[in-house]
Amino acid sequence: MSDSIDTAAVAAPVPTGQSGTVVRSTVMRRLLRNPLGIASLVILGSIALLAIFAPVLAPFEENFANITKTLAPADSVNILGTDSAGRDTWSRLLFGAQLTLLSALLCAGVAIAIGLPAGLIAGYYAGKFEAVSNWVVSILMSLPGLIVLLTIRAAFGPSVWISMIAFGVLISPSYFRLTRTAVQSVRNELYVDAARVSGLSDLSIIARHIFSVVRAPIIIQTAAIAGVAIAIQSGLEFLGLGDPTKATWGVMLSEGFKNVYMTPTLLLWPALAMALTIGGLVLLGNAIRDALEDGEKIKHRKKKTVPAESTTADPAKAGQSRKSVAAVEVGTEHHLIKVTNLGVGYPQADGSVKKVVDDVSFHVDRGEILGIVGESGSGKSQTAFSILGLLPDNARIVGGSIQFDGNYTVAPGDDRVSQERLSKLRGKRISYIPQEPMSNLDPAFTIGYQLVTPMVRVLGISKAEARKRALKLLTDVGIVNPERTFEAYPHEVSGGMAQRVLIAGAISCEPDLVIADEPTTALDVTVQADVLDLLRELQQRLNIGVILVTHNFGVVADLCDRVAVMQNGRLVEEGTVRDILRNPKEQYTQTLLGSMLEGKTPMTMLVSRPGSAAQKEPVA
Amino acid sequence: MIKFIAKRLGSGLVVLFVVSALTFTLLYTSSGSIARNILGDQATPEQVALKEQELGLDQPLVTRYFAWLGDAVSGNLGASWFTSEPVANSLATRIPVTMTMVFTAMILIAICAALIGVAAAVKRGWVDRVVQIGAIVGDSIPGYVIGVFLVTILAIQLGLFPATSTISPEVGPEAWVYSMTLPVIALLINGVTGGAQQIRSAVIKQLERDYVRTLRSRGIGEREILFKHVLRSAAPAGLTVLSLQLIGMLGGVVIIEQIFALPGMGPLAVTATGQSDLPVVMGVVMYTVVVVIVVNLLVDILNGWLNPKVRVS
Repeated sequence: MSDSIDTAAVAAPVPTGQSGTVVRSTVMRRLLRNPLGIASLVILGSIALLAIFAPVLAPFEENFANITKTLAPADSVNILGTDSAGRDTWSRLLFGAQLTLLSALLCAGVAIAIGLPAGLIAGYYAGKFEAVSNWVVSILMSLPGLIVLLTIRAAFGPSVWISMIAFGVLISPSYFRLTRTAVQSVRNELYVDAARVSGLSDLSIIARHIFSVVRAPIIIQTAAIAGVAIAIQSGLEFLGLGDPTKATWGVMLSEGFKNVYMTPTLLLWPALAMALTIGGLVLLGNAIRDALEDGEKIKHRKKKTVPAESTTADPAKAGQSRKSVAAVEVGTEHHLIKVTNLGVGYPQADGSVKKVVDDVSFHVDRGEILGIVGESGSGKSQTAFSILGLLPDNARIVGGSIQFDGNYTVAPGDDRVSQERLSKLRGKRISYIPQEPMSNLDPAFTIGYQLVTPMVRVLGISKAEARKRALKLLTDVGIVNPERTFEAYPHEVSGGMAQRVLIAGAISCEPDLVIADEPTTALDVTVQADVLDLLRELQQRLNIGVILVTHNFGVVADLCDRVAVMQNGRLVEEGTVRDILRNPKEQYTQTLLGSMLEGKTPMTMLVSRPGSAAQKEPVA
Repeated sequence: MIKFIAKRLGSGLVVLFVVSALTFTLLYTSSGSIARNILGDQATPEQVALKEQELGLDQPLVTRYFAWLGDAVSGNLGASWFTSEPVANSLATRIPVTMTMVFTAMILIAICAALIGVAAAVKRGWVDRVVQIGAIVGDSIPGYVIGVFLVTILAIQLGLFPATSTISPEVGPEAWVYSMTLPVIALLINGVTGGAQQIRSAVIKQLERDYVRTLRSRGIGEREILFKHVLRSAAPAGLTVLSLQLIGMLGGVVIIEQIFALPGMGPLAVTATGQSDLPVVMGVVMYTVVVVIVVNLLVDILNGWLNPKVRVS
C-alpha cells in the first residue's frame, strides 16, 4: 500500500514539451474509444453518483444501530446485511463512499496547491528556490506515508481531514517534480522565448504556454494519487486510528475482519468498494496516458510525411524516374552489396502498412563510396539499417532483396532481415559509424573496453593483442594520446574525439563495407572536415566500400564516387557525383541542390538544418 | 569513494536532525495537555501539575528537545508514559521481527521483479501483457487488503496456515518459516507487480539507446549486450524503484503486523499512536528515518559503483 505512494511518484509520466499541445477534445475522443477508458469512467461515475446521493439512497443513517439485529445476513430491509452493532452495511458503504472520495479530493487538492506553484517557480526561475525545494522534496520523499500519518494522528487526534491534508503535503513532491520537469523542458523552447521577447509577463507566459504543458500529466498523476490516498486513509482507519464516529470503508474492513469467523462477507463489501474505486482511478490514469501517447505518435508520423507529400507535386514524373533507376540497377553482376527493389514498412494499428522505403535499388563495390542523400524522413537511414539488420523490432521487409558479397541477407519473399546470417557479418564484414558520437558509446565502460571487446569476440584474438591493435587504431584515427583515450570513459572525451573512436571501432575488424549514417552532422564545422578527411584516407588505404548517408551535398561532393537521391522512401535519381551535381535530371534533385547554393533564398522546408548546409562551400 | 560516502552520511545526519526536531515540535505542541491525557479526566489540577513536572513538560520546548537529543545520542530514547518500558528496549526487541520480514520480502521482490521485468522487456508478447495487467491489479488492491484475504481464505477457511504468528527462536525454523509465509506474501505482491512494471520500463528505455544498436553493429551478441550493458545501465533505475518500495514497506508492514498479530514495530506504533505515547512515537519515527537513511546510502554507494560518472563527480 504505502509503497505505491512513492512508486506513483516514480512512475509519473515524464512530460514532453509536446503533450500539452494535443487538443483536449481529441484526447477525450480517444479516451472514449478505449474500452478500458470507458469502463473506468463508468465505474468512477457510478461511485461518485452513489456518494453524492448517499443521503437519498441510503435506507438508514450511517450510525443507526439495530441492536436486536446484529451480523444479520442480507434480506429485504438490509440488502447487504448488518454488522456487529446492527448497522446497515449498504447504508454505511454509501456514506463511506462520500467520505472516501471527498478525502481523496482534499488530499489531491492540497498536493496540487503546494506542488504545482512550487514546481512552476522552481522550473521557471530555477536558482536558490529550486535548490531549497529539491532538498525539502528529498526529505519528504524519503518518509514512509503511514509512519508520518501515525505521527500526525498522535499529535492531532483522529480526523480524516487533518490526516488527508498532511498526506497531501507529504505527496506534493510528485506534483512538484512533474511540473518542474515539464517547465524546464519548455522554458527554453523558442515559442516561450518568443513570448518573452514580445513582452508578455512571466505570469501570462506561465499561464498560457507552460500550464498547458503540465495539465494532462497532472490529471494522470491525480488519478494515481487519489488511489493512493484512499488506500492509506483506509489503512489508518483499518488500524482503528480513524474517527470512530464516521462510517468509512477502512472502519468497515476492520469491523469485518474482527467478525471474520462469523460473517466473512462483511469483509467483502468494503474491500470490493476500495478495489473498484482505486482500480477505476488506475485504469483512468492509464487510459488518459495511452490517449496522449497515441496523439504523440500520430503527430510524429504526420510531421515526417508532410514535407514528402508537399514535394511530390508530380506523381507521374516520380513514378517514371523510379522505373528508369530500377532498370539500370537490376542485373546479375556481382557486387559487394546489392539492394534490389527493397521495401520497408511499419504495420499500423489499423492493419495497414506504412511504407518508409519503397522499391529502392542500388549497389556498392569495394573501394567505392556511395552517398545516399535525402531530407529527414526520406528513408535513407531505414535503408542503411536494413543492410545492417538493425531495423526496429516492428519493422517489416515488404519487398525486394539484399545481397552481400553474393549471399542474400534478405532473400526475395523474406519479411524480416535474417539475423542468423547478419550476425555473422556484422562487425566482421559490415560495420557502422553512427551519427551522434556521445550516445553511441556505453557511458559505463571505458573506451578501451568498447574497442577491445568486439575484436576479441569477432576476430578471436587475445585481449593483449586486441589492446595493441586498439591503440594502433586510435593513433590511425588521429588521436594524439591513445593511451589516455583508451583508459577514458566516454564522458571524459569531446564529441569529435568520440566520433574518431567510433570510426576506429568501425574499422577495427577490417570490414569490407562501412555504413556511415550522417557521420559528421553532430560535429563542429572544423571537426567535420577532419573527420571527412579521415574517412577518405581510411577508405582508400583499406579499399573498403562505404555507404554514406547524409542530407548534405557538400559532404557528397567532397567524398563520394556515386550518389543516390532519395525522396519519400523512393530513389529518384542515381549516378556519378559529377553527373548529378553538374546535371541533375530530376526536379527534386535540382531543388535539393538549389536549396544550398549561395545567393538563393534558402528553402528551409527542404533542409532540416539550414545552418550546417550553409556552412558548406557552394557546389557546381 | 570514501569522500563520497562521508558526504552522503553527513547529509543523512542533517536529515535525521531536521526530521527529529520537526517531529518533536509537532508532537509536543499539538497534543493538548499531555499530563491530563495520561492521568484521565478525574485527576486534580495539582496531580496534573505534578505529572507535568515529572515528565519535564514545564520546561521550554527547546530545552526539552536538546535534552531528548542528548539522551538519544547516548542511546536513551526515554520511556513509555504508560508502561514505563524504556523505548530503546522496546525497539530492540521489535526491530528484528519487522526487519526480518521486510528484508525477506524485499529480497524476494528484487529477484521476482527483476526476472519478470527483464523478461517482459526482452520477450514482449504475452509476458509483457501479463506484467501490464498485473501492475494494474496490484495497484488497485492495497497490500493490507491482500493480507486480510489471505488470512480469511488460506488460514481461517482452509486452515493451511496459522492465522496469527509469533516469531520466537524456540519454535524452530520450520514453524517460523510457516508462520512468516502469509505476512511476507501480503507484503510482497504489490512490490512485485509494481516493481516488475517499472523495471520493464527501465530496461526497454536502455534497449532503445543508440549505443545498443552500435554494439550490435560491432558483432556483440544479444546475451552479452543484455547482461553486460543494458542491465548495468538499467540497474540504477531499478535500485531506486526497489529502495522506494522498501521505504514504503516500512509503513505497509505496520498494518500487516497488526493483521497477523506479529510482535514487531507495528503494534507498538499503533498502540503508542492511539494513546499519544509521545516518547514511543518519537522512537518509531527515529527508527524509520535511520532505516531510510541507511537504505538510501546503500543505494548511493551501489549506484556509484555501477556508474563511473557518479563516481567521478
